[in-house]
Amino acid sequence: MTIHLDRSVLPAPSRRQFMIGAAGFTFTVASGLPFGATQAASGKEVALSPWVTISTDDTVAIMSPAAEMGQGSLTSLPLILAEELDADWSKVRVIVAPPNDALYKNPGFGYMYTAGSNAVTSYFKELRQFGAQVRKVLLVNAARHWNVPVEELTTGPNVVIHEKSGRRLSYGEIAAFAEVPATAPEVAESELKKPDQFRLIGHDVMRVELPQKVNGTAQYSIDVQVPGMLYGAILRAPIEGAAPDRVEDAKARTIAGVVQIVRLPYGVGVIGETPWAAFDGKAALHVTWTHTGKAWGFDSDKALVAFAAAARDMSQPTKLWGKTGDAPAAMKTAATVIEGDYMNDLVYHAQMEPLNAVAAVSPNGDACEVWCGVQSKTIAVTVAADALGIAPDKIVYHDMLMGGGFGRRGHRDEEYVHDAVVLSNAVKKPVKMMWTREDDVHNGRFNPLSAHYLRAGFDASGKLIAFHHRKACDEVTAFQDPVRFERQKGRDGIAFNGLDAPYYEIPNRLGEAVPRESGLRTSSLRGIAHLTNIFAIESFMDELARKRGIDPAAFRRDLVKSNPRAVAIIDRVARMADWGRKRDGSALGFTYMNYSGTQIALAAEVVLDRKTGALRVPKIWTALDPGIAVQPDNIVAQTESSIVYGLGFALTERITIVDGAVQESNFYDYHVPRMNEIPEMLIEVVPTDNHPTGVGQMATPLVAPAIANAVAELTGVRLRHTPMTPDRVKQALG
Amino acid sequence: MPTKFSVNGKAAESSAPPQTPLLWVIREELKLTGTKFGCGTGLCGACMVHIDGKRAFSCQTQVSQAAGKAVTTIEGLSADSSHPVQKAWLAERVPQCGYCQSGQIMSAADLLAHNPKPDRAQIVEHMSTNICRCGSYPRIVRAIQRAAKEA
Repeated sequence: MTIHLDRSVLPAPSRRQFMIGAAGFTFTVASGLPFGATQAASGKEVALSPWVTISTDDTVAIMSPAAEMGQGSLTSLPLILAEELDADWSKVRVIVAPPNDALYKNPGFGYMYTAGSNAVTSYFKELRQFGAQVRKVLLVNAARHWNVPVEELTTGPNVVIHEKSGRRLSYGEIAAFAEVPATAPEVAESELKKPDQFRLIGHDVMRVELPQKVNGTAQYSIDVQVPGMLYGAILRAPIEGAAPDRVEDAKARTIAGVVQIVRLPYGVGVIGETPWAAFDGKAALHVTWTHTGKAWGFDSDKALVAFAAAARDMSQPTKLWGKTGDAPAAMKTAATVIEGDYMNDLVYHAQMEPLNAVAAVSPNGDACEVWCGVQSKTIAVTVAADALGIAPDKIVYHDMLMGGGFGRRGHRDEEYVHDAVVLSNAVKKPVKMMWTREDDVHNGRFNPLSAHYLRAGFDASGKLIAFHHRKACDEVTAFQDPVRFERQKGRDGIAFNGLDAPYYEIPNRLGEAVPRESGLRTSSLRGIAHLTNIFAIESFMDELARKRGIDPAAFRRDLVKSNPRAVAIIDRVARMADWGRKRDGSALGFTYMNYSGTQIALAAEVVLDRKTGALRVPKIWTALDPGIAVQPDNIVAQTESSIVYGLGFALTERITIVDGAVQESNFYDYHVPRMNEIPEMLIEVVPTDNHPTGVGQMATPLVAPAIANAVAELTGVRLRHTPMTPDRVKQALG
Repeated sequence: MPTKFSVNGKAAESSAPPQTPLLWVIREELKLTGTKFGCGTGLCGACMVHIDGKRAFSCQTQVSQAAGKAVTTIEGLSADSSHPVQKAWLAERVPQCGYCQSGQIMSAADLLAHNPKPDRAQIVEHMSTNICRCGSYPRIVRAIQRAAKEA
């Protein structure tokens, strides 16, 4: 089973298309091999919108616009459309939407980009509209066919019903004679289903690609086989901005199967007839690098000390992130001021599939096919076209599943796709370009190093009146996506979002970025800015509560008291964890956050080995309210996943930079959680009738502060630096 | 001299140099891509296969070491995803990105082949060879328990 799309639909509208008025409402028929219960249509297919094609055999093909990296959007987005279409899910085929921003853009970003746990939240309204519009087209056609008023018709799964006469027409039967109107029918908000009418939303279905993921047939780009394909490996510069200086490749050229050595502005590529020839050839290269680029001499341990000083140094230039009232002025009037400092090391994505892509440049270089797993397919098309200096419509794009994304695969340059294209262009043959795990670590783009300085002011009555959070950190968006950075006028949400804890009811709040410029390769990573910001904020909140002698859960509850959803979720986790009960030999830590509208609280139980400094987390309780829960069991799965990811960040994961270069190489020196390290997880999804919000990473930022807070409860000692490794714990304990 | 062995019950041979990792032979010569490349160092288990009925890291097995042996990959575990472990994997909705899951399933099938009723501690010990970055671990435990019960 492959999921590539027929080239006839790419990238411009083609063969069968309909214009029905509204700008951009061009209908194209997608072919290609779909996912879902029904794998192929046997009847005549009728495109009823750019999103929906109904076959006369009664199967319904629905476009899925998001990238699938394990989070389940491939299923949940078309399911939302199917709900309002009133489709029979067992007859739905899911088609991966082709790269076409005009039709399929993520409304939250303005282009096809899957990130920030926002696919469901951003597409939800549109997909319901699109589903309801097609349903209306079907109703109108049935009414005309029976010559009855459309108001007398209702629908059931894949069927239009005329109750009065007892007549029924399946969607497939209507498709056979359907006339598609010139303009999409209007659907008022009031015509959409009420949550209690949902048949699909809120009811778990099998994720459409899951059956392929238990038998080895799921296709990732690394699995692609193209006739005549060669293999590419690349030695990239250890430091961003460095270039090959002296390249000794004589030894590499003697290796059997090495076809060509390709000198690139940022590295040296080796093309071989086999993967082992390409890898061995790369290993045999000896390359020295120009001392261009900014990060030469950079040392992450020393830099973090400097970052911490900058975070506290009020004379440093800052960028305002968020402001309510006047925190500095209120701080001056405060009866008590409490300060806290926190630090975070660099973190690596460690998606299980080392980055790779396959490209096939045409013999004269004027066209290219590309197979890749990316968080933005329209960026991938642009990257491939730009690499060759050709128009985007000369790129045939094949969408592949991703072996993990976690924020690593949506950079504006999608450099691993570029690598494949330039290597293929060098030989004008198909090339599968693969990074090894070591390449994936060394070429990593990391969650940035950060140092946080927080202070809080209480008035004489004990009320928290001022909150000030300064974060010294590289501006990630500037590196990851210069286009977005410019569009946002230098405002960097990837590094600083949530800095001022805007959901806490504190009258004076100030969040300030203290931008650093290290020249390191940085990236969004699961949890994004919150990963480090919440470690600082939720640790600090705990510190404040303890210093004021207030229960940490009650302290937070009081700071969200006008938000009943937040209060409910805090109370729920307190109940689940039996928060008030003291444990023997272990202790609990509490956390809460409002993650882009999703309410989530989390408590962790921690055991400390005082001799070794090792922390163990036997149990984690969490509850989240994401509004409407589109696929509840998948929300549980994503939350389990988020917790495990957060555990690695909390306890073991760190990248070290010495003289600008990454020191770690593979899973032996970059430790991600294994099964024998994970806690028992008790997770409750608490849906409400609110607009759905994100579920893909919400627990991740809460794990580290929950652990640190438990250690504070257990020992009175505050851990301030992630990862909280045994040596750091021992040092903190003194 | 090509190396001869069997894969999923069928005769196979490879002309790769003897020290070539079996993983690359399986994936790129034999085009059985369900077995995955994750680390190349025997640390993540994405490459797990069975050799003569026991699990093995195919990235740490030289093709010459497979000579005369019977290799089973995820594609050969069952013809139709009907192995109890595969069925349990779907019932518990284990996979997320899915990339590590062939290796997880091969490790789990190996466990149950040698220990049909493992307790939780045995499951955890056996499966800690395999990394799942999506953190599907709790579901893997449940799926193995289910497969043990239903097999």
